[in-house]
Amino acid sequence: MTNDVVTSTYRLQGATGEWEVVIGLEVHAQVTSAAKLFSSAATEFGAEPNTQVSLIDAAMPGMLPVPNRECIRQAVRTGMAIEAQINKYSRFDRKNYFYADLPQGYQISQLYHPIVGEGQILLEADEKAGIPEDKIIGIERIHVEQDAGKLMHDQHPTMSYVDLNRCGVALMEIVSKADMRSPAEAGAYIRKLRSILRYVGSCDGNMEQGSMRADVNVSVRKPGDPLGTRTETKNVNSVRFVMAVIEGEARRQIDLIEDGGTVVQETRLYDPDRNETRSMRSKEDAHDYRYFPDPDLLPLELDEAFLEDCRASLPELPDAKRARYTGELGLTDYNASVLTAEVETFARFETLLAETAKRLGKSEAEVATQVANWTLSVAPGVIKSLGEEAKLEHNTASAQAAILEMQAAGEVSGGQAKEIYEIVLRTGGDPAEVADAEGLKQQSDTGAIEAEIDAVLAANQDKVEQYRGGKDKLFGFFVGQVMKATGGKANPQVVNELLKAKLG
Amino acid sequence: MMSELTDLGVKAIRDGVASGDFSAREVAEAFNANVAAAGALNAFIVATPEKALAAADAVDEARSAGKQLGPMAGVPIGMKDLFCTDGVQTTAASHILEGFVPRYESTVSANLWKAGAGMLGKLNLDQFAMGSSNETSYFGNVVSPWRTAGGGNAAMSPGGSSGGSSAAVSARLCPAATGTDTGGSIRQPAAFAGITGVKPTYGRCSRWGVVAFASSLDQAGPMARNVEDCAIMLEAMAGFDPKDATSLDMPVPNWAEMLDADLTGKRVGIPREYRMDGMDAEILDNWERGKTMLRDAGAEIVDISLPHTKYALPAYYIIAPAEASSNLARYDGVRFGLREMPSDKDGERAGLQDMYAATRSEGFGDEVKRRILIGTYVLSAGFYDAYYNQAQKVRALVAQDFEKAWGSCDVILAPTTPTASFPLGSLDDDPLTMYLNDVFAVPASLAGLPAMSVPAGMNSQGLPLGLQLVAKPFDEQGLMNAGLAIEQRAGFTARPDRWW
Repeated sequence: MTNDVVTSTYRLQGATGEWEVVIGLEVHAQVTSAAKLFSSAATEFGAEPNTQVSLIDAAMPGMLPVPNRECIRQAVRTGMAIEAQINKYSRFDRKNYFYADLPQGYQISQLYHPIVGEGQILLEADEKAGIPEDKIIGIERIHVEQDAGKLMHDQHPTMSYVDLNRCGVALMEIVSKADMRSPAEAGAYIRKLRSILRYVGSCDGNMEQGSMRADVNVSVRKPGDPLGTRTETKNVNSVRFVMAVIEGEARRQIDLIEDGGTVVQETRLYDPDRNETRSMRSKEDAHDYRYFPDPDLLPLELDEAFLEDCRASLPELPDAKRARYTGELGLTDYNASVLTAEVETFARFETLLAETAKRLGKSEAEVATQVANWTLSVAPGVIKSLGEEAKLEHNTASAQAAILEMQAAGEVSGGQAKEIYEIVLRTGGDPAEVADAEGLKQQSDTGAIEAEIDAVLAANQDKVEQYRGGKDKLFGFFVGQVMKATGGKANPQVVNELLKAKLG
Repeated sequence: MMSELTDLGVKAIRDGVASGDFSAREVAEAFNANVAAAGALNAFIVATPEKALAAADAVDEARSAGKQLGPMAGVPIGMKDLFCTDGVQTTAASHILEGFVPRYESTVSANLWKAGAGMLGKLNLDQFAMGSSNETSYFGNVVSPWRTAGGGNAAMSPGGSSGGSSAAVSARLCPAATGTDTGGSIRQPAAFAGITGVKPTYGRCSRWGVVAFASSLDQAGPMARNVEDCAIMLEAMAGFDPKDATSLDMPVPNWAEMLDADLTGKRVGIPREYRMDGMDAEILDNWERGKTMLRDAGAEIVDISLPHTKYALPAYYIIAPAEASSNLARYDGVRFGLREMPSDKDGERAGLQDMYAATRSEGFGDEVKRRILIGTYVLSAGFYDAYYNQAQKVRALVAQDFEKAWGSCDVILAPTTPTASFPLGSLDDDPLTMYLNDVFAVPASLAGLPAMSVPAGMNSQGLPLGLQLVAKPFDEQGLMNAGLAIEQRAGFTARPDRWW
């Protein structure tokens, strides 16, 4: 079931030679929806304990689950976004076990007939990140299931408290194939998956709040050997931790095998403070979950109209957007990757791009590079340097586009554009008025600039002679002197042209 | 006057109240008095006379204000204690739910109150509806109002699990009661107590707010003293409920109004597999009389075959416990109901697992535990395919048998039970014979079909015998029409002599 078309070169060195690491990830992604999977209780993060609990979530006698259409829709859209097979027939099963955070005594999940079948995710080559070539990671399935509640052990000396707010919240379990071969690939996979989920809007991808958590399956083998025995480390909640778990767990397994031991198939827990995993339970005392179809729920049958609606609602996805940015907009690979990684970034970029193109009466492709540079480096730099002084409510697309327009028209220099932007962010002033009021305008008046040039050349006759004698590098010196004389306000392009003419 | 009121059924009370022959309060008072005087039957776990009176007063007021009255207006009923009732203890006859007072009302009971019915109390039952004799209740068994002829004084079983309902209706403690039927729990007690009970098509009545036994089988229905009363009550109970994902999204017909005992052109199937070795001759005779009655009503009697019948009961006793073992996991002492926290032992603090074990050991009765164990076993790794999956296949085949049978008949006639009522305690050590009580009832449950029991005669011991009818999905009308044809010809007027 593994994809070995492109093999990673990542190897771990052991006493007996090189080892290959085989990784599969099960990512639990909380579905973005106002209500829970089978009840109408709210799903907001951070509410007071037990304030978002319906009778159904608390599993009161006689309560019944009713599937939330929105959660199903989000799972289907997610499946479509990873080019997966959507199963028109799926079913819910009960996974039975006792725990205080599980009021029903079973989790409603999908074991036998998941809603989404096989799909795939592309990891684009990124040498620096340890991905030498493009690689496709297979997705085994996506199923939807209920989250459990939360136990709080620090509220009472001898008792545990139960918070059921999260209980019944819809999760998508996204199961990859064991296609990853290095921590870097696993990290890239999670970042890419997160990006897709956020594009689709089916999960907010907030790993700190637990909206995305991964179960990490790791095994090691000598290259070319059959798969080794895997361990599963549960509930890892950051990309960094996932990568650390893989490194640590692979190393532990190699050391164990090389010391003559065998890897036991088991569930492990990660302790971020000590950066190590420890055994939680082995296969022998694994739960018998007694899965069976939930008799409270009919099979889920999706019709063509529903699927069509899901398909039509999908936005442009990361891969397509990246291709368009490099192809149609002519952006560099790097800029395209950075701009498309996060929903907020591309949204900001595209809004500003449209606004700027409109103001300049140009096509988006013509202004894309300027807008991309502004979005990726100029604007973030200014905002960062202002710190708390920046009032982001003033950071509108129209203000930024106005600045870019002045810059494109040669009215303001790059430096002035930054200064204007700073003032706009602080005060909310109109960029054109700010430029006028603060004198942040370039001088393009050739007469005035010519006068300054004449003065500079007159004062530096010796250098003029040297230049004319072939010392081309002095051109920059003249430009600098003229700019200095104009207080930096002269349009450098005009200065260049005039200087060239005068120096002949 | 008062004693006569309690002889009236649903329709008679409703019409009498509507026309002003008597007030709803008089009716409620009369039944409240009967309930209060029938402690020896142990039919009620909790009596709610004030609820019955409040509902009655509301009806009386509505009537004097000239308002439109509901289809059950002024009719006080008994509510099986499996239905959650807002503010009234709901136990499923278990210790684990003793003292549990829901803050919500089941859809079915809410529908009944909306139709103008009032609640006399919560009726006893087999614990979590698991049982066929009403002996598994934590609150003591219900005693049937019936006794054997010739001065027999053995306490008889009212059937189960809706045994409080059957006893109360036949003893005139209420004109009608709700029941639930998972594998015969309406039909078998109705047969034992000489009353009529209808299990509608699976999905007709919402399961929301009904303590679950086996979700894919559980179905509520009415129990009353005649077919028309059942039809009126079922209309009030049934209807699509968006809160139950298995609820039927279909309109509820006017069954009562459309009742018609003329069966001309109808074919009644007699399943040959229901004639089993060693069957009670009186049960067979009763069945024969049933054929005669239906033929007399204009129906044609045809032999049919339901070849997988003998596998139905074993399949049922895998599927129902499997679902129950999971459905009953929520009774864990964490959020409601009984909690047993064992004391610390040998310096070891008792933990969550100890609490589960103690709570469930204490809170569930033997029969419930037996079924949880069976269900857990058949779902466990390595046995799932051999038991649960196999049983599901049988279930599909049983349903297919009926599908095929509908090609040659419109309704099926069979005995409701293999025997009449038996003395309480007589099957204590024989759970398999107890389970056999439902052998004729279970196939229709597995297939989700509407089925009913109608009283058709008495055996030589003076105990009532019922006949079972099974109809096509959604054809409650055809079912109750055939029931009415039997009722009209059987002339069943026997009632238990009051000894309590």
